[in-house]
Amino acid sequence: MINVLLIIFIISLLFLSIANRLKTYARVISLQGFILFGVTYLQLQEINTFNLILVLLETIVFKAIAVPIFIIYLIKKNNITREAEPYLPNFISLIITTIIIISTILIANSIDDTALDKIFFVVAVSTLFTGLYFIATRKKIITHVMGYLIIENGVFVLSLAVGNEMPMLVNLGIILDIFASVLILGIFVNKIGDVFKDVDVDNLTELNDL
Amino acid sequence: MIYKIMLLLYLFIAFSLAILIFINKNRFVNNIFIISFLLLQSGFTVYVCLNYKITVFEYFTADSLAVLLLITLTLISIASFFHSNLYLNRHDETIRSRNIYFSAMIILITSLSAAYLSNHIAVTWIFTELTTLSASALIYHHRNKLALEGTWKYIFICAISITFVFIGILFLSLALKNTGSTDLSFSNLVKYQKSLNIFWLKLAFLFIFTGFTAKLGLVPMFTAGIDAKDNAPAPAGALLSSVLMNVGFVGIFRFYIIISNTEISHWANLIIFIAAVLSIFIAAIYMSKVQNIKRMFAYSGIEHMGLVMLGIAAGGIGYYGAILHIILHSFVKSSLFFQFSQIYAVFRTKNIRQTGNYFKYNPIGAVVLLLGFISATAMPPSGMFISELYIFKALFQSHNILILIFVLGLLTIIIWSFSKNVMKILFLDIPNFDQTKIQKFSRLESISQFIFLFTAIWLGLNPPQVFVNLLNDVVSAMPK
Repeated sequence: MINVLLIIFIISLLFLSIANRLKTYARVISLQGFILFGVTYLQLQEINTFNLILVLLETIVFKAIAVPIFIIYLIKKNNITREAEPYLPNFISLIITTIIIISTILIANSIDDTALDKIFFVVAVSTLFTGLYFIATRKKIITHVMGYLIIENGVFVLSLAVGNEMPMLVNLGIILDIFASVLILGIFVNKIGDVFKDVDVDNLTELNDL
Repeated sequence: MIYKIMLLLYLFIAFSLAILIFINKNRFVNNIFIISFLLLQSGFTVYVCLNYKITVFEYFTADSLAVLLLITLTLISIASFFHSNLYLNRHDETIRSRNIYFSAMIILITSLSAAYLSNHIAVTWIFTELTTLSASALIYHHRNKLALEGTWKYIFICAISITFVFIGILFLSLALKNTGSTDLSFSNLVKYQKSLNIFWLKLAFLFIFTGFTAKLGLVPMFTAGIDAKDNAPAPAGALLSSVLMNVGFVGIFRFYIIISNTEISHWANLIIFIAAVLSIFIAAIYMSKVQNIKRMFAYSGIEHMGLVMLGIAAGGIGYYGAILHIILHSFVKSSLFFQFSQIYAVFRTKNIRQTGNYFKYNPIGAVVLLLGFISATAMPPSGMFISELYIFKALFQSHNILILIFVLGLLTIIIWSFSKNVMKILFLDIPNFDQTKIQKFSRLESISQFIFLFTAIWLGLNPPQVFVNLLNDVVSAMPK
């Protein structure tokens, strides 16, 4: 069951690479939150109940519901156009995402270690690089934020892989999640939307050395 | 027991003072709070020095590196509060922005102290995260478009790099898995260093190193720091360009100690060499075309951090040189940033082209700038001359002569561009400059810079025995 959920997680990355609208991005992030909820529930059998409830609450409330709703609210409030405006065509994005996933699978197969469930490694690393790829090739700042959220989801998957032995690391992942999302989204909602009317990275080029 | 209470008390009082300053509107009361924080910070530093080598909660240890950096931090933070007060008075700030500024600064200094003392990689990570939060409040102080751009870039890059460090910690826990231990404290990792899984350890090093370069100011994540130091008010920039960079160093160095005794130490050294040489290369390129004084200082910081990491990678006497260098650099770079407030008050610009003849308008400040320049470019009698000499000697002894020659060539470019710009500020005339509005500065405003610059010379040329012992103790953990 965990494997099925994690494979759906990977498919959601492929779907994101051809998605056009910002709302689709937010919805996929929400879907990933629900998937993580399921994986957490199935995977973390050995940690104490209170901690498990905390982690489950975080995934469902924060990752799956609050953050995506908040992003959709931001898009409406700042009148951001609904297209994602990638620098590269979707077809190439799809190919690159596929290449990322395949190469992480190859890397994972070359690891000679039984300490890790390899599917967790594949999902986490390919999500990390896909997220970085989204950040590098999308024009709007809000898509950068969403790329970062995708990276965080990937990291969370990795922390689940070691979560039974070291529950502290899962909790650290949650701290990271809440702290960074609040900071990034907070500054976004308060400031960037007000100062820069068109929220493109093209606006962020005034700092230079000359 | 008493140790635990002291540390908790320090964190608790410091954070509550930050909150009180944030809430309270009365300026006089806030000044009392700030002074009590400085007393607390100094008292805590003295306390840590007296209880050298204690461990608290298994998460904090007052080892030599922590003690050295904590003393540096406390000295610089006292001067930084003094200059911040001058700066805020000069700019006629509102009570609200003053309060945010000071409480952010207190949180920054407290979390830096805790991160230095931390003996557990996750604790270092948490407090590094807190420094990002407080530093971004300082960077956004001016509330204009440029400050927003700088803050956004800083937060975003730091968020990504802190995620990288977290991934590194996860890989590290995998590397530890087959030893049966689950304790990620540095001392425990050193204990098990021979039996760690090499593959995961390599991945962990890559991610942790990349993540901490955002704080340390090395390739690849150095860019955010430059914008941050440019946009933050100069007294805060002094903290960002000295003690905040040290926290990145602490993170990398404590992890490097684990790596250095394993079979992948050569591989790790190679990575560090590449990052360090690239950093110096980039610093040389940007220094030769930069027109903004603060950014020039910031790029000089990139160069010095590159040299520090070269010392670490070269080994031998290089370790000693690197630790000495990072402490001296903190003093020199912070005094240059403190001095920048006066330069800005005279010329009302950061642009080198519109500045000049500083010796005529503010002689004492000009002497500070000249002395700071001599120290930062490591010309004798600067203390950094000694530490750079150790680093170069280490490069020579470890048979990295080609790297040494290349780096020396780059340093020549850096010194040439640095001196070209500083000489322009100090001596060249500027046409159409309105001399009637120039401010006079009290001599008091330059005292802290002189103290720091002479401290840097003193520590380099004639270090006291205690200082040498502490440095040797840091180095003693490294392979011979």
